[in-house]
Amino acid sequence: MEVLIYLVPLALLLGLLGLAAFLWTLNSNQYDDLDGAAWRAISDDEIGPTRPAPSPEDTVRSAP
Amino acid sequence: MRDFSHFVKHNAGTAGMDLALEGVSCAGCVAKIERGLFALPDVTKARVNLTERRLAVEWTDGAIDPAKIVDRIAELGYRAHPYEAASAEKSEIAETRFLLRCLGVAAFAAMNVMLLSVSVWSGNVSDISPEQRDFFHWLSALIALPASAYAGQPFFRSALRALKARHTNMDVPISIGVTLALALSVYETWHHAEHAYFDASVMLLTFLLAGRTLDQSMRRRTTAIATNLAALRADMATKVVGDELIESPVAAIAPGDLVLVRPGERIAVDGVVIGGTSEIDNSLVTGETAYLAARPGATVFSGTLNVSGLLRIKATKPASGSLLDEIDKLLQKATAERTRYVRLADRAASLYAPVVHSTALLTLLGWLFLGAGLHDSIVIAISVLIITCPCALGLAIPAVQVVAVGALFRAGVLLNRGDALERLADVDTIVFDKTGTLTLPEPEVANAAGIDAQTLNLAGRLALGSRHPLAVALARAVGAREPLPAVVEQAGRGVLSVVDGQPLKLGSPDFCDAQAQTSEASAAYPDASVIAFSQGKTRVVFAFRQRLREDAAAVIAGLKQAGYRIAILSGDRMESVADIATALSIDAWQAGLSPADKIARIEEMRKAGRRVLMVGDGLNDAPSLAAANVSMSPVSATHLAQAAADAIFLGERLEPVATALKLSRRAFKVMKQNLWLAVIYNAVALPVAIAGLVTPLIAAAAMSGSSILVTANALRARAGAKQTWKGAIPWKS
Repeated sequence: MEVLIYLVPLALLLGLLGLAAFLWTLNSNQYDDLDGAAWRAISDDEIGPTRPAPSPEDTVRSAP
Repeated sequence: MRDFSHFVKHNAGTAGMDLALEGVSCAGCVAKIERGLFALPDVTKARVNLTERRLAVEWTDGAIDPAKIVDRIAELGYRAHPYEAASAEKSEIAETRFLLRCLGVAAFAAMNVMLLSVSVWSGNVSDISPEQRDFFHWLSALIALPASAYAGQPFFRSALRALKARHTNMDVPISIGVTLALALSVYETWHHAEHAYFDASVMLLTFLLAGRTLDQSMRRRTTAIATNLAALRADMATKVVGDELIESPVAAIAPGDLVLVRPGERIAVDGVVIGGTSEIDNSLVTGETAYLAARPGATVFSGTLNVSGLLRIKATKPASGSLLDEIDKLLQKATAERTRYVRLADRAASLYAPVVHSTALLTLLGWLFLGAGLHDSIVIAISVLIITCPCALGLAIPAVQVVAVGALFRAGVLLNRGDALERLADVDTIVFDKTGTLTLPEPEVANAAGIDAQTLNLAGRLALGSRHPLAVALARAVGAREPLPAVVEQAGRGVLSVVDGQPLKLGSPDFCDAQAQTSEASAAYPDASVIAFSQGKTRVVFAFRQRLREDAAAVIAGLKQAGYRIAILSGDRMESVADIATALSIDAWQAGLSPADKIARIEEMRKAGRRVLMVGDGLNDAPSLAAANVSMSPVSATHLAQAAADAIFLGERLEPVATALKLSRRAFKVMKQNLWLAVIYNAVALPVAIAGLVTPLIAAAAMSGSSILVTANALRARAGAKQTWKGAIPWKS
């Protein structure tokens, strides 16, 4: 049963890692827009101010 | 020029604005708007929230006029309205986050402690050594104590608040149960005992927090949508500064500002007319449908509609303080006297807590009397508290609430207050306002059948050239799309144009030379408002009257059949109310009531033991909305009425009112069932606990079983609820 000496702290550490990950997602506003996040995940590229400005014609259009 | 600076927040070199969006339905829209905005130089952030239909934009301070952002979004094919988040919404966002964080901590603790507990339980029946058991128990304590201290905060705080106010709520027995379970477990672990209840307390917190978080996030979503609706309706006013006209949000108008109100526009602030003459439609304020004259020196109120002429108004009150004094006083009084409804959960708790706590005490005394020794007696007494700790009771109501509020949402009803559902279920009398509630805000052409299609069409196209409310209603009724060329407006009289060499006129009877036809129409439709139309020598008069909501008759009949008593209390004239009451076959109606009269009637009904639902939309209804047991407003209602109402319904139909009543009754029934289920579970578990036979394993199994049972039962609250709302503000595309 000596195996417990490192298995138990390891299990706890893994649990704490999961908790920390959850708190991080919460603090970075990842639960604020669940519908949008689902779509963003499959979007082709990042939209941001650093990109050269695209013309309105080449924006994605999809059926509502 | 438009001035949105009121909505812009400045922060270290960047300026930011929040906007509510219309027309956004899919990922394509999100990408299109974000890309379109980033194409503007100096925009540093543009993020659409698809769930809440909102947009947050930031740009380098001073580089962009905020109006340009709104225009850019309009170019992309969407409408955007800046808004200020209500403080209630901010605190709700904070509350949701706090609950989620607590839930995360509790769930982490529950998983780990449960893992250790299962090892101990299986070890207890095989070969675990006492040292190993102690080690596992201490490890559980190490996880459970800090986690419970953190995740239990929502319950501890609420319990303390209730105790300070000298009453109990469900959180009192929950807090006592959790605290005692933890204390007992530490004591037992210290004395190398076989059983500890760390798992029970963290699991209890996890289950309860899950229910509460769902409840809270549903409420947050409702407030977000209510704020959006308010933003979409937020009016702009035309401010006169020197020689310049500035479109400014109403909220930014201060006393002393000069405001220009065009015909067909709503007056945004209380003020005094200093230039121009016109007629004012007061229907949203008093329920009266006839127009009043306004000339320089007259006082005008916000929410009223300027019908015919251009008015210059000097604001006397800021937009937020803008309110008829009389209504303000009545509203404050009614709100203060609003019945303190005791929620079902709190009523259950006030019965439950004394029973459980005295049972625990009796168990302790009983075992002492039987000579069981102080330690054993205390352990058994506490195990009684643990097994009866109201996990199922705590979930019984929030679970139903979440399901029912979601179903109402899909039916087009937004609840403003948490206990509205229970109060709706209790209603036996429904009082309707007439104008804007039973009828639609826009009038219809009463004599359209007697007019030939070509004339109707031509008049409708001419009407597109005017902003007079009756002309707007005519154009809409005819379905006119193409405006006539070269339409000239004569202020206060009407519009004219020439088609195929024939002069066309639409406006007052004098303007069109149609006095004879007007007296005929007035005789046929005594309470109608008229406008005249002339084409060469032909004269036609259109009579307008209030239009009932399409399904009003069916809904009222259905409600009567369901056993509700129906009444109309209106501020409008006798004849108009009588017509509507006859059309809907409602016997109990009263007309010409002031806001104070309306409250008096509602008070009478309540004194007679009836529980009243008030449905109204006007400024004059706001006090009676607050005075009734529960109240609803259509989405077209004045801001004040919506703020006073417990629920808002969307769309042009009356059906959501009936759906809300049906769903709330059903939900209330399921809530009571759930409470009974929880009581039955306790009735079975209690003797086992009193007999001292409870082990942590039994406690855990019983707790999970009963929680799952009440949650599954709660799902029945939505049975039979259909998605009936298909309007322009979809929750899910």
